[in-house]
Amino acid sequence: MAERAFQISHRLGISAAVFIAALILSALVAVAMRAEGEFTMTPGDWAALRFTIWQAILSAFFSCLFAIPVARALARRRFVGRSLLITLLGAPFILPVIVAVLGLLAIFGRSGLLNDALRAFGFETVSVYGLLGVVLAHVFFNLPLATRLMLQGWRSVPAERFRLIAQLGMPPRMVFRLIEWPLILRIVPGAFALVFVICLTSFAVALTLGGGPRATTIELAIYQAFRFDFDLGRAAVLSLLQIVVAGGAAVLALWLIPQVSFGGGLDRMQARWDVRRGFQRGIDAGFIGAAALFLILPLAAITLSGLRGLGDVPLHVWGTAWTSLWVALVSVLALLVLALPLAGWIATTRCASVETVGLLGLAASPLMIGTGWFIIIFPFADPADWALGVTIVVNALMALPFALRILVPVMRETVQSYSRLTQALGVQGVRLWMWILLPRLRPQIGFAAGLTGALSVGDLGVIALFADPDRATLPLQMYRLMGSYRSEAAAGAALILLVLAFGLFWILDAWGRRHAIAE
Amino acid sequence: MKYLAFAAGVLTATSAFAETPELTVYTYDSFVSDWGPGPAVKAAFEAECACTLNFVGAGDGAALLARIKLEGARTEADVVLGLDTNLTAAAKETGLFATHSVEADYTLPVEWADDTFAPYDWGYFAFVHNADEAAPTNFKALGASDKKIVIQDPRSSTPGLGLLMWVKAAYGDEAGAVWAELADNVVTVTPGWSEAYGLFLEGEADMVLSYTTSPAYHLIAEEDATKAAVTFDEGHYLQVEVAGKLKGSDQQELADQFLQFMVSDAFQTIIPTTNWMYPAVTPAGGLPEGFETLISPDKALLIPADKADALRDVALPEWQNALSK
Repeated sequence: MAERAFQISHRLGISAAVFIAALILSALVAVAMRAEGEFTMTPGDWAALRFTIWQAILSAFFSCLFAIPVARALARRRFVGRSLLITLLGAPFILPVIVAVLGLLAIFGRSGLLNDALRAFGFETVSVYGLLGVVLAHVFFNLPLATRLMLQGWRSVPAERFRLIAQLGMPPRMVFRLIEWPLILRIVPGAFALVFVICLTSFAVALTLGGGPRATTIELAIYQAFRFDFDLGRAAVLSLLQIVVAGGAAVLALWLIPQVSFGGGLDRMQARWDVRRGFQRGIDAGFIGAAALFLILPLAAITLSGLRGLGDVPLHVWGTAWTSLWVALVSVLALLVLALPLAGWIATTRCASVETVGLLGLAASPLMIGTGWFIIIFPFADPADWALGVTIVVNALMALPFALRILVPVMRETVQSYSRLTQALGVQGVRLWMWILLPRLRPQIGFAAGLTGALSVGDLGVIALFADPDRATLPLQMYRLMGSYRSEAAAGAALILLVLAFGLFWILDAWGRRHAIAE
Repeated sequence: MKYLAFAAGVLTATSAFAETPELTVYTYDSFVSDWGPGPAVKAAFEAECACTLNFVGAGDGAALLARIKLEGARTEADVVLGLDTNLTAAAKETGLFATHSVEADYTLPVEWADDTFAPYDWGYFAFVHNADEAAPTNFKALGASDKKIVIQDPRSSTPGLGLLMWVKAAYGDEAGAVWAELADNVVTVTPGWSEAYGLFLEGEADMVLSYTTSPAYHLIAEEDATKAAVTFDEGHYLQVEVAGKLKGSDQQELADQFLQFMVSDAFQTIIPTTNWMYPAVTPAGGLPEGFETLISPDKALLIPADKADALRDVALPEWQNALSK
């Protein structure tokens, strides 16, 4: 690709990157400035670091490993409910941690479905607590995301390639070698890096399912440093460590992504004449069925207990759903303003590793960002007045790496396929965005916006640090219900939250996929 | 608007006494939730103080102290309500708190002689289980049994820290060995109370660390008598929740008035069925119906506030080592 072959202005993208880095680093510096005394890493910290990295590697590995055949199967098949299943893939991701954990335990827990079945047939029961449980939960959260990212890769192959393959009568093995393997190589490193970073900052999942203090992550140590020890120096150093590990992994993974392009096509529907035989069907059906069960059973458990508690949900908790909804919508706008120029810059620069800047928001501990900004805001204003504003910015930052991972590959593909044409026609600036980029990226924009909206509805975020009683969001209310014995009402609130987040996701995602040029 | 209000405040500072005074109380989140004591306390106090009472919620007790430390002398808070005896020593060290003038006949199981913090409620930590099951009656029997428990992490949760201190107070140097015996009973350790109690209600464990008053909620609010707390013969560790006045407050008299109100019947009658703890001064009308069914331990354990910090630093590695094996 020639330097600046495509006339996307880098100025906006670079400004967005600088803005993001400044937001996060300012919080880190603010915390570090308030620190007193020296800090040394204890043996416990090193053990926590090892466990954190190890579980994140395993979680990312298994999420990506299982995502490959599931995405492949979904790409090759058309069936009733396929579209719904693909939308459902977004659901686990947007659940508040404790809700998802309870859903998983309803299936895999000590008195869950699985163990009930094992007992009924006279087998030994299995315990999910430990590294297994941590990885299981992380796969539950991230397998769907990885699947969606890979599915998008499959979609990027022009339909003409598959037509050619069918005409040449290639067996699935050859299709895998010529098309699917290069595709996987292109998508997996980015997806792996993303899941790795998500799991790196895991705290409640890792501890709750980890079965004890063996499963201590860096994030827990940061929490302890802020809350119980009020050791800000320690918190700052551990936060920095987390960012460095996440950033290192991201730079490495993004650097590994090979430049593969399948060229442009006529944006026809993909038809797969090459995979119509029974054996291939069986494999695909098996993977789709297993993934669907793994997803749907815990979600069904959450829905059932939610329905039972729905009547107990206090009326004004429904009111906070409204707050959550508009916070989510503003967060989506904030995200798009940051992500689109940034994706444009990343897709046209030679150094793909700059995408790492987008990961900063996810790699930094939310508690660190919240506390840092609290320190910054407090001398000038009442932080409670800023609570929703800060929540919106943090939501956008958290969602940014997902948005970039969704947008950048397709943006790059578009750049590679259309650069000569647009240059010859002299299309640039606003017209380039309106005529070429936005229409081609519509499915991705819809998906990214949906994910951001849903994440914002479900995330407790920094609101807990800033909020006063009048500015509660739905997740905060749910935790409050749970914290005061009202577990049934909390389950009801969780269901409202799930429906709201999922509905928002569905609307935005469907908007992107419908009328899209390249479905 | 904020700046306008500020400017107006500066310009009219001399006439401020004519306006309704405002008292700002920082407390933990569940206190201010609509089903917590907050709304009723606000209404009751405002009825007699000719003032506005503002609650600001901040996480749990530990988060509350962290918030005060972050804000330092410039804090808006006049009163901080919701610290417990594990936190009061660290809170005093900040030098931000003033001595109080509260006088009351406390009905705590221990003597109270703190001149900085006044208690408003208390409770015993206890394991809660399904009432129809047999249960071990001390930590050693629990360790020897095959009962499964779920507990909270002392590094992120107040009850978790309470359990750590409970075992330490009961067993001293032997605490590490007791934890080693308990290790195979622990299903998992959760970040906070909500997660642990949620797991217990879902049937993931036979017993959960909570309070002796927990069954009262199920009995009174849900008419469900299936939950009970287990009496341990070592005695039960006590949690005393306290409030204190800030030195930097510009509402010293009002803050004193609030703290005195806090130990009066008007406040204390609200506590049992909203905070689900024992009132620090039993109101004239006694405790609500249902509380008489709760277990009342013979022996209360409490590590003095000034020794709690040092002991925690010893007990935490013991706990971590025993459960990491």
